[in-house]
Amino acid sequence: MKIGAPKEVAPGENRVAMTPDSAAQLQKLGHECLIESGAGAAAGFSDAAYQAAGVSVVKTAADLFAGADVVAKVRPPSDAEAARLRKGQTLISFFYPAQGKTLLEACNGQGATVVAMDMVPRISRAQKMDALSSMANIAGYRAVIEAGSNFGRFFTGQVTAAGKVPPAKVLVVGAGVAGLAATGTAVSLGAIVHAFDVRPEVAEQIESMGANFVFLDFAEQQTDGAATGGYAAPSSPEFREAQLKKFRELAPEMDIVITTALIPGRDAPKLWLADMVAAMKPGSVVVDLAAERGGNCDLTAPDQKVVSDNGVTVIGYTDFPSRMAAQASTLYSNNIRHMLADLTPKKDGVIDHNMEDDVIRGATVTHQGAITFPPPPPKIQAIAAAKPKEKPRELTPEEKRAEEMAAFRAQTRSQIILLAVGAVLMALVGAYAPTAFMQHFIVFVLAVFVGFQVIWNVAHSLHTPLMAITNAISGIIIIGALLQIGSGGLVAVLAAVSVLIATINIVGGFMVTRRMLQMFQKS
Amino acid sequence: MSFGIQTAAYIAASVLFILALGGLSGQESAKRAVWYGIVGMAIAVAATIFGPAVQVSLLLIAALVVGAGIGVVVAQRVEMTGMPQLVALLHSFVGMAAVLIGLNSDLHPAALEGAEKIIHEVEIFLGVFIGAVTFTGSIIAYGKLAGRIGGKALILPGRHLWNIGMAVACLVLMGLYMQGAGSWTLYLMTLIAFVLGAHLVMAIGGADMPVVVSMLNSYSGWAAAATGFLLGNDLLIVTGALVGSSGAILSYIMCRAMNRQFLSVILGGFGTATGPAMEIAGEQVAIDTDGVAAVLNDADSVIIIPGYGMAVAQAQQSVSELTRKLRARGKEVRFAIHPVAGRLPGHMNVLLAEAKVPYDIVLEMDEINGDFASTDVSIVIGSNDIVNPAAQEDPNSPIAGMPVLECWKSKLVIVSKRGQGTGYSGIENPLFYKENTRMFYGDAKKSLDALLPLIE
Repeated sequence: MKIGAPKEVAPGENRVAMTPDSAAQLQKLGHECLIESGAGAAAGFSDAAYQAAGVSVVKTAADLFAGADVVAKVRPPSDAEAARLRKGQTLISFFYPAQGKTLLEACNGQGATVVAMDMVPRISRAQKMDALSSMANIAGYRAVIEAGSNFGRFFTGQVTAAGKVPPAKVLVVGAGVAGLAATGTAVSLGAIVHAFDVRPEVAEQIESMGANFVFLDFAEQQTDGAATGGYAAPSSPEFREAQLKKFRELAPEMDIVITTALIPGRDAPKLWLADMVAAMKPGSVVVDLAAERGGNCDLTAPDQKVVSDNGVTVIGYTDFPSRMAAQASTLYSNNIRHMLADLTPKKDGVIDHNMEDDVIRGATVTHQGAITFPPPPPKIQAIAAAKPKEKPRELTPEEKRAEEMAAFRAQTRSQIILLAVGAVLMALVGAYAPTAFMQHFIVFVLAVFVGFQVIWNVAHSLHTPLMAITNAISGIIIIGALLQIGSGGLVAVLAAVSVLIATINIVGGFMVTRRMLQMFQKS
Repeated sequence: MSFGIQTAAYIAASVLFILALGGLSGQESAKRAVWYGIVGMAIAVAATIFGPAVQVSLLLIAALVVGAGIGVVVAQRVEMTGMPQLVALLHSFVGMAAVLIGLNSDLHPAALEGAEKIIHEVEIFLGVFIGAVTFTGSIIAYGKLAGRIGGKALILPGRHLWNIGMAVACLVLMGLYMQGAGSWTLYLMTLIAFVLGAHLVMAIGGADMPVVVSMLNSYSGWAAAATGFLLGNDLLIVTGALVGSSGAILSYIMCRAMNRQFLSVILGGFGTATGPAMEIAGEQVAIDTDGVAAVLNDADSVIIIPGYGMAVAQAQQSVSELTRKLRARGKEVRFAIHPVAGRLPGHMNVLLAEAKVPYDIVLEMDEINGDFASTDVSIVIGSNDIVNPAAQEDPNSPIAGMPVLECWKSKLVIVSKRGQGTGYSGIENPLFYKENTRMFYGDAKKSLDALLPLIE
């Protein structure tokens, strides 16, 4: 099959859906690759680089759409692009089918199959093609960089000869992929980072990145993220109030605020209100990653940088991934490449559009002339439901003591029973057995006890040498054979065999033990 | 040499044996301890040969010399990976010796009366029985460990009935023997005990081998002790009891490490699942040599978890070289050893020691389990069940409750494995499907050798 990537037509879009590296991988799957001339230029990939990777460079978009069986794009197709699709052709791109019904119908009308990269279900198997996550990761990183370039100070605290520099304080609202990426970036630049999320289960992830989780003391049980496929759900008005109160408390202290709160299928919640911006210090920066969906901040203007009356910069860019086009193209083209790998299970260059596959089914929005959106719920749940954490109840000192007493009594009882049974058995043996036997028996029992005491102290790492040496000394059985070898005939022969094999045991066992012990060396 | 001096020599030998075992509590004292054992044995043998009851004959000297010669050759030739087989084989010798000595006692009856006679006959029977079970059991264990016999458990229908039947038959024969039915009862019992020993070990699968070997170790001790009773020799009794209890403790430690009952291991077969196993979501993500090298070059702390697969691939030298290279670059490298890793208690320690991995970075499960969370990379080489999170997460798993190395808590886990198959127990391992796990497919030794030049 021929896979083609056209030049993006949306203004300001620098990304491209195929890189020379991803093209090389696609060719390994048995596909041929096409690219529109100049498609990768904005992301730093020249036509020559594509040609070097074995990609045919096509002059115009029209030629590309005509020549390719599969068209890979970044942005949803424009009306003109949609009109170029033809029956049996596959389009892979971001599509947002819920928002763009007309576009969906247009593509379906052309008879094309559309795979929407934004509809890839969030299950572990599909992570490698989760383009939303890879773009969110870049957005989170870039948000910190944008904030830094608009912030007049260091991130990290320093003590220099010229004076002390306090570290920047950063608040990240929403700890999804973008939020966590922003958290990690800000932490690694040396800032003190606080992160907030309505899902209490992400506290661990935030803390693992070296940031502080902003704890909201609120009695209401928050919905478990697992129920909504790992995304946040809308919160109750009471919870919202508590949340805003917390933000108001934090606002004066924070130098940089990065908001990433999104709820699937809704406008972005307003979380950073005008009064909070007003409470911030001049020179502070707010970066709103939710600007495309109306923004988390009251002052956000999409695609613009505005400065508030008190000198706080509010950044509402919506094209963070495109601002890092080289990185974004690399990751996105890899997502596409993984999607195509799943679509080409036999690696023979033949696309097998398997609608039974959860991932492919979920991402496909039109197929064979029918609109297949919305998809049925995936067979596998995205994230295993978090098990309710039951804290073991703290025992009071009295209860503890009572428990210890009970355990002690049970132990005493079982020991006494064992001793009693043992004593009765001994008495029985003693009543019938001759004295000579009893004398040997004493030796035997004591030796067993000594053995137990001694062996418990043997180091675990020396268990193999222990076995070898006990093996050697169990060759002591040779003594029995030596005592018998004197008598003639068959007995002497059998005894000699015993002596022979017991000697192998003794000599072999000791030598092997020595060899092993010699190898143990300290560093 | 008088009887008194001989007894004194025996006492000295017993004390030296106890010191020899006690000295194994540390690596350095162990090097001294083995000499105590050797000296003790020399004293015991010399005191017996030159004692009042033995006449030095050509046959005796020939047996000693030939035996010692074979012992030297075997001990020098054996590979450290072949240690489990050797230990099992040596156990069988003790068992055989016990059988022969018991049969000899029957051929050469002592003049005894009443209770003493009964006890003597019971002793003969017990000594031969334990010896015979040890002998064939060890031979089968040897065959399994050396790969001469298939490692899978052989489960005959009604195997418990067979075992019970054979044990009862032996008891009946002992009754007949004591009634004076003649030596044939003893010979028949020996045969039955041979079959019983073989059948017992045949039914035990590969992963349970550490328990079997330590159990046979214990049996060989009891066999020696039984022979001691038979001959009225206290040194044999003491030594046999020491060895017997040592093997029993090792078996107990191994069983506890697998969270299994001793009896269920010995009677064979794996525990049956109590419900459907937990569904495993996700997929195994592969990683190539360059990827592993990049990860290791970035890591500051590494924990390596070796298993039987490392021994099979003979990869311990490569592992050691990797350790040396990583440590030379200032990274913290440690080893985590599960008590039942390998086919012999402490097997991994010996292999790593052979490859010159310093023993102070080789740690036990309890010492290191808390450190995984603060570790960058865990490398699992040829182990499976001992790193299976199902033991903790899935109450229906056959290994539920078994203590395992919690390597999945580290930031990244690299699993070196030949293919996608399951471990010895045949249980799926959810570790391989975790998000922070990368599968490094291929023969452990070849993969590591390819990796070594890339570590910089």
